[in-house]
Amino acid sequence: MDISYIILIPIIPLVVFLLLGIFNQKIKPGISGYVGVFGLLASTTLSFYAAYQYFFVYGKVDGVFQTFSEKTVWMNFTDTLHIDMGILVDPISVMMLVVVSVVSLMVHMYSRGYMKGDEGYTKFFAFLSLFTFSMYGLVLATNLFQIYIFWELVGVSSYLLIGYYYTKTAAIAAAKKAFIVTRFADFGFLIGILIIGFYTGTFDFETLNNPEGSVILNWAATSFMGLSVITWALILIFIGGAGKSAMFPLHIWLPDAMEGPTPVSALIHAATMVVAGVFLVARLFPMFYFVEDGFALNIVAYVGAFSALFAAIIAITQTDIKRVLAFSTMSQLGYMMLALGVSGYEGHEGVGYMASMFHLFTHAMFKALLFLGAGSVIHAVHSNYLKDMGGLRKYMPITNITFLIAALAIAGVPPLAGFWSKDEILVAAFEHNKLIYYVGVFVAGLTAFYMFRIYFGIFWGKERTYDHKPKESPLSMTLPLIVLAFLSVTAGFIPFSEFVTADKAGFEAHLNYPLAAVATGVGLIGIVLAWIFYKNENSLSDRYAKAFGPLYKWASDKFYFDEIYMFVAKKILFKRVSEPIAKFDKKYVDGTMVGIGNKTVLTSKKIKGIQSGKVQDYAFAFIAGVVVLALVFIYLWPN
Amino acid sequence: MDLSTFLLMRHEIVLLVVILLLIIGEVFIAESKKSSMVHLAVFLFGIHTLIGFLSIDYGSLFGGMFHTNALIQFLKNVLNIGVLILLLQSGDWLQEKIIRVNRGVEFFILLFSSLLGMYFMISAGDFLMFYLGLELSTLPVAALAAYDITKRISSESGIKLILSAALASGVSLFGISMLYATTGSIYFTEISYVITADNLTVLAFILFFTGLAFKISLVPFHFWTADVYEGAPISIASYLSVISKGAAVFILMILLFTVLKPLMHIWENMVYIIAIVTMFIGNLFALRQQNMKRFLAFSSIAQAGFILLGLITGDQLGTATVVYFLLIYIFSNLAAFGVVQAISLETGKEQMKDYEGLYRTNPNLSLIMMLALFSLAGIPPVAGFFGKFFLFTAAASKGYYLLVFLAVVNVTISLYYYLLVVRAMFLRKSDNAIPYFKSKVYMRLGLLITAIGILVIGIYSPIYDYIYELSRNLL
Repeated sequence: MDISYIILIPIIPLVVFLLLGIFNQKIKPGISGYVGVFGLLASTTLSFYAAYQYFFVYGKVDGVFQTFSEKTVWMNFTDTLHIDMGILVDPISVMMLVVVSVVSLMVHMYSRGYMKGDEGYTKFFAFLSLFTFSMYGLVLATNLFQIYIFWELVGVSSYLLIGYYYTKTAAIAAAKKAFIVTRFADFGFLIGILIIGFYTGTFDFETLNNPEGSVILNWAATSFMGLSVITWALILIFIGGAGKSAMFPLHIWLPDAMEGPTPVSALIHAATMVVAGVFLVARLFPMFYFVEDGFALNIVAYVGAFSALFAAIIAITQTDIKRVLAFSTMSQLGYMMLALGVSGYEGHEGVGYMASMFHLFTHAMFKALLFLGAGSVIHAVHSNYLKDMGGLRKYMPITNITFLIAALAIAGVPPLAGFWSKDEILVAAFEHNKLIYYVGVFVAGLTAFYMFRIYFGIFWGKERTYDHKPKESPLSMTLPLIVLAFLSVTAGFIPFSEFVTADKAGFEAHLNYPLAAVATGVGLIGIVLAWIFYKNENSLSDRYAKAFGPLYKWASDKFYFDEIYMFVAKKILFKRVSEPIAKFDKKYVDGTMVGIGNKTVLTSKKIKGIQSGKVQDYAFAFIAGVVVLALVFIYLWPN
Repeated sequence: MDLSTFLLMRHEIVLLVVILLLIIGEVFIAESKKSSMVHLAVFLFGIHTLIGFLSIDYGSLFGGMFHTNALIQFLKNVLNIGVLILLLQSGDWLQEKIIRVNRGVEFFILLFSSLLGMYFMISAGDFLMFYLGLELSTLPVAALAAYDITKRISSESGIKLILSAALASGVSLFGISMLYATTGSIYFTEISYVITADNLTVLAFILFFTGLAFKISLVPFHFWTADVYEGAPISIASYLSVISKGAAVFILMILLFTVLKPLMHIWENMVYIIAIVTMFIGNLFALRQQNMKRFLAFSSIAQAGFILLGLITGDQLGTATVVYFLLIYIFSNLAAFGVVQAISLETGKEQMKDYEGLYRTNPNLSLIMMLALFSLAGIPPVAGFFGKFFLFTAAASKGYYLLVFLAVVNVTISLYYYLLVVRAMFLRKSDNAIPYFKSKVYMRLGLLITAIGILVIGIYSPIYDYIYELSRNLL
């Protein structure tokens, strides 16, 4: 299969970024929107073409999907260890190309309406293109180092876009928080990469992931503190992934990141960048699975399950609709992680892997839709808070319907997309780990509840007094909603198990009726409860909130995780570590330096008199110099 | 001997023609149009510079008294470029001078004569030619230093230079004659075969060495520098610190690496000591200077100390790094002097405190000054960093770690005073900052070329590779 044209997919947004970035001031805002949209349309077309070519024409040989790659050596470290640049084409990278393209295209189109009249319109599109380029580069990376480069690039674009409203203090703080927390996690990632490079001598995914390859077979060669060094490396890499995918306890940046413009939240903090962590684990899945009997993979499973539950509980209590969606994203990412964590490798054993990717795919569609719908609502009422919304279904019919579809999809109501992928996840969990299965089912109920809580809160309930009558958003915004709604309905019917599997061979997936019935039933219970509580304004919810008392407050304050971080940073790190070091630096290191400086200036002052201005003195010095040199080199220095 | 072999002296011949043309022009051009002589001089010298780049044969003339090779040609071209920039930077000043006090054309004639002397000096094949070149390069500059006859300080500067130079060249000549006494020859090639390190030869060498040490302003032969720079017109201070010093370093390097190679165990120790003393004295004095010209004078003394780090190696790497450093140093120092001159011409101000708040009023000048100072201080990525870095590498490759360490200490000290100026320009606010002004075309062109040079020479690596290739054969 000729894959060289795939390089164009990331190149186009890069060119768009450069164009918009360089001619920022000279381009009319209307034009820059079109440049962005059409550039991405080209990339999307190529992505679909690549997906078709790969999945239906060339990809499958003898029933197994092949991996194609093209790379050139970029930097040589030693004879064996080098960093390549290139593109890697396999089922998950092609799937990610499609996901990134579709969501990014929708967000580009949507932004033309949403950002209209904004001062930095062109800059916004430039940043969006930079992000899209980085994300493409990330999914196509051929080795750990390349993925790390693009990993940081998406981090930077995310930073730029969260802080897009840079006059708002909260936005700046949120951007910094996101950057620092993920950087902190990436430090683990980098160390993991270095360990892998040192002990295996390669960064290349194909070499690393080969189940019969030397890396996986020799995992036990070196151990450290009772675990193989490779396991340690995988755990560190997972820390990097957990940072990007907002896994507990590195999740604290995601809710704050909602300070960015809503289309950005849809693209980066719901559908694409945050799944990079899931993608990373999937990318290294053979290593995670085979090394030390999946020790690192177990960690992934439990962290994922806990995050799913943790975030879902917080989501129930939030009043800012974007924050509800943010915690919902975190919860769903937890689902994907836990699915990977309980997955096997061969055939139907690998249903977890398949389910995780499947859920990544469907979630991207309906979560992007939820965010864009929320953006449409925010656009209409100029507030993020539930208390300012209500009864909007009359004014915004399209937003209402599409939001409802997305909510049903995420709640797992058949036959919408979320139902199919969530069902597969629960099947995988049921077969491998009952505890995680129960957590998963409970989270499914919570998900349905909090999602319909905001749905009813926004579109039903009591009408508020609005400054001016809310009206439906323009076509540029509603069209992406409709497209995504269509995908949220249909994406579930894709037979994913034939395309994206751990061993790349594909298998028949069957609906497990009892499990599906349980999950759907729990979801419906959640919806009904939300209906009782929130369909019409009543005091029921407040009474229950009061009944739970401190527990409710605890969850609504996000279990005080921000405060814990603050405490550790300020009271322990700054006070006990940084301050003494700073003091030592100031007193002794600086003191010595200042002392040397003062001495130098003093010496300079003392010798000033030598330069008298008299030529006879100069002549004397000249002759004295000659005499001294002659004496030294003729009599004193041994020739 | 064929007449065409004289073409080996093309640089010298063309420059001589330029000088003669200017003398004729001086006679024939009407009084009222004298100021256009500046254009003529710049134009003629520009052509001379261009001709210098045409390819040419290498070889020797007059029984070996005069010789050229690729490296010497390259250095002559570098000196030409330096002088051309200098002419551009001082063109406006001269025009005004000619109109106001009806003097000027002799400026070019003296300047070019001095340059001619340098050509002969670096092309010399024996000590006689070398000495003649040395004298020819120094004497006209003494006249030029006293060029501002209306200023007492300028005359003082001229007198100080001529007295000091006379002493230095006398001592040097004494050394040369003693060398003749011990070796029986004045030809470089012959001397290099017979020279041995007996006491008389060592004494002769030391006496000879001081003549060049004077021109390069090595401590303790440097005292004239600050006084002369301060009093002389800025162009001449600039010329002394850049062109004159560059040529002297070059011929010193050739002599040390070839003729005096048998004495290396003597001179490497001498260079070692003088390098350390020069760096420290230059830097310590520079720390306290308030007058920009004196400041640059001491900074150029310290820079000479750094150059000695390359001289000490005695091999191809040393040659290449010294020439490369000289090239960068010419651009950096010309830029710094150019800005000082531009400001002095416009406002007459030459003190460091006058520069406070300059960035707010004259951002372009401030940026060029910053580039120049960064380059002199050796801050990456400007050219000066690479120049110093290579010099230090050369010294370290011979195992002079202590010397390199002391040089790094000195870089740190120099950083302090270079940044003092940058701070004054960029961070300090002043109520009576120099108001905005626009320099004339010549000045702006001159500054632009130096700025581009500073930015490009370091990063564009083929330049260093080229110099390294040229450094293969010295004699």
